[in-house]
Amino acid sequence: MNLDFSAADLAFRAEVRAFIGDHYPPEIERKMKASQRLDREDYLTWQRILNDKGWLAPSWPAEYGGTGWTAVQKHIFEEELAFAEAPRVIPFGVTMVGPVVIAFGSDAQKSRYLPRILTSEDWWCQGYSEPGSGSDLASLRTKAVRDGDHYIVNGSKTWTTMAHWADMIFCLVRTDPKAKNQEGISFLLMDMKGPGITVQPIVTIEGGHEVNTVFFEDVRVPAENLVGEENKGWTYAKFLLGHERAGIAAVGQSKRQIEKVKDIARAEQSGGRPLIEDGRFRDKVSNVEIRLMALEYTELRSLAAESKGQAPGPEASLLKIKGTEVQQAITELAIEAVGYYANPYIPEAFQDGWNEAPVGPDYAAAAAPRYFNWRKSSIYGGSNEIQKNIIAKMVLGL
Amino acid sequence: MVDFSLSEEQQLLKDSVERFVRNDYGFDTRRALAEGDLGHGPDNWATFAELGWLAVPFAESSGGLGGGSVECMILMEAFGRGLVVEPYLHSVIVAGGLIEAAAEDSRRRDLLSGLIAGERILAFAHVEPQARFTLHDVATTAVADGDGWRLAGHKAVVFHGAAADRFVVSARTAGDSRDRSGISLFLVDRDTPGLAIRAYRTVDGLRAAEVTLDEVTLGSDALIGAPGVAIDAIEPVIDRATAAVSAEAVGIMDALYAQTLDYLKTRQQFGVPIGKFQALQHRAVDMFMACEETRSMVYMATLKLDAPAVERARAVSAAKVQVGQAGRLVGQEAVQLHGGMGVTDELIVGHYFKRLTMIDTLFGNADHHLRRFAENDSANG
Repeated sequence: MNLDFSAADLAFRAEVRAFIGDHYPPEIERKMKASQRLDREDYLTWQRILNDKGWLAPSWPAEYGGTGWTAVQKHIFEEELAFAEAPRVIPFGVTMVGPVVIAFGSDAQKSRYLPRILTSEDWWCQGYSEPGSGSDLASLRTKAVRDGDHYIVNGSKTWTTMAHWADMIFCLVRTDPKAKNQEGISFLLMDMKGPGITVQPIVTIEGGHEVNTVFFEDVRVPAENLVGEENKGWTYAKFLLGHERAGIAAVGQSKRQIEKVKDIARAEQSGGRPLIEDGRFRDKVSNVEIRLMALEYTELRSLAAESKGQAPGPEASLLKIKGTEVQQAITELAIEAVGYYANPYIPEAFQDGWNEAPVGPDYAAAAAPRYFNWRKSSIYGGSNEIQKNIIAKMVLGL
Repeated sequence: MVDFSLSEEQQLLKDSVERFVRNDYGFDTRRALAEGDLGHGPDNWATFAELGWLAVPFAESSGGLGGGSVECMILMEAFGRGLVVEPYLHSVIVAGGLIEAAAEDSRRRDLLSGLIAGERILAFAHVEPQARFTLHDVATTAVADGDGWRLAGHKAVVFHGAAADRFVVSARTAGDSRDRSGISLFLVDRDTPGLAIRAYRTVDGLRAAEVTLDEVTLGSDALIGAPGVAIDAIEPVIDRATAAVSAEAVGIMDALYAQTLDYLKTRQQFGVPIGKFQALQHRAVDMFMACEETRSMVYMATLKLDAPAVERARAVSAAKVQVGQAGRLVGQEAVQLHGGMGVTDELIVGHYFKRLTMIDTLFGNADHHLRRFAENDSANG
């Protein structure tokens, strides 16, 4: 038993940190640290920087552009990105559809889509949930009917993150209406710019626009855009869900965020003393820090097992549940820490180019929006209750 | 390289102690030992000595086997599963650990030999009624008396006090009752005049005693190590003991989780196993996650026992908070999910629950360690 990273891993961490230090564009860093919204070009700029280094898709097989890193190296890489508060790599291409295409796609699909994911020419979004199909995803009703060399798609998808910026969408569609729920589903790649697709924004409680509903009306999709076999889409979707556990616990991000909360609590006053010295508040911070440590070492155990050749298992569900609980708890601490200055609502302040003086301390503006926005995390990606169902079935055997 | 697997020797130790618990320490055996006159099994203690387990926590230079924290963790986790009542934690890890940490090089080996051979049981008489969990709150006094010392005070809830041949007693040779400096350690034989032992059972099947010292006169050789600096030994040794009892808790929590899961799969109500009900499934998943996270924290704390003091304190306190909170959840849920059977004396579940509940009080409860965790935040310094 050993908690020390190897000399090679420490050197790797230093290399990653130095690269980020040298190449993270100051303009994007400024926005990230000020909790301002990034625009589409900011994400693309950062992804191109990573891709130029060959680091955009670490988990892909080397022949397609992966790095060949160990599980521990991938963990270190994610952690360093989080510590630097770098923008997240949009996961829908690199970590979602990419691995599915690699595992199940045709040669033509591989040679067309994989390079375009790496160069960020295609921005992907995910067409899974529907207005009537959330946790019960297999009840989805968007249908694709074969018509010669095409499928005709009708229906709608929802909670589609950044569909308004996307070039492509990967969709689960029903191709056999007579088959049992999970058996008549196919995995289809669609061009967002084609006729018949409309994107309707959904504004979330903090006032932001990340998610959308996407409507399909007689959209013609070339049959060559079917991944794998018709009616086997559920298998590919499940592969995708279980594929990636690196970063799912978001330990690095949470470490960074709790440090920010502690900075706020050192700056805020309570009864003439720094809030951090208020025992009641400090106990709450300590409790969340300890929950985060428990998560961190549980993730490290999982990584160490993976390094010894064990395949990722249902512990991804544990990491998702506990990771999102900790993330949400930190947003609670932040909104409590800023006190009255949680109240002002000035959405323009999150837009680039806003240069009025902030109302209240500059750290206060993001606290409430962040708290409200992060309620999503225990709902998305399979709600935490669904994750518990998965553990109950796969681990506990109930 | 980050690695949580055991070495070959550690795996052998684990196999051996788990075999002992499985074959020789059934629930009925344990119950008979706990209810017997002595409160534990001298034959078992001899076995522990024979197998080298009593030597595990000590360095080779002290007559031990190398002092591995991971080895202690392996033993304690299995002892948790078996609800072992022998005085391993308090006699070997705590009292023995203090002698190893504080005694002069020239005497250390001699003072430990009886303990390691299984011939002598030690107890640490330290906690006092007013001290709660503050390790340096010591009001018992030791004043120089000719060449030797005279001790007076009241030591509370001294585990295995009745069975102990000798006590390691903390007493103040200088300073006020809550000063960190001025505390010294003394070795006191149980039959020393002026030492009184009021023995009793504990709710979790162990034995403890109130120990009063009324003008106890000792020779000069009763003092262990230098006077006034005992806190420097007490704190790291209690951190070791805290990590060890946390490992015991992991053994108990895993056993409770496994028994509860088994019950959910076999107990039939409304025509189905009750584990088919989602309300119970999610509670079982909460138990599972609590067990896994607690195990992670115990590994972390165990592997940081030799880190610098602040890092060690923060790691151990974090683990003890986790044990206190997750232990309460797992214990209460195990009882609840067993229904009426969960509150019967007949089932081992309640006995695990009682031990787990008392573990929270040992060496500082969750609240105490939450405060200590924050006080050792280097970023706050």
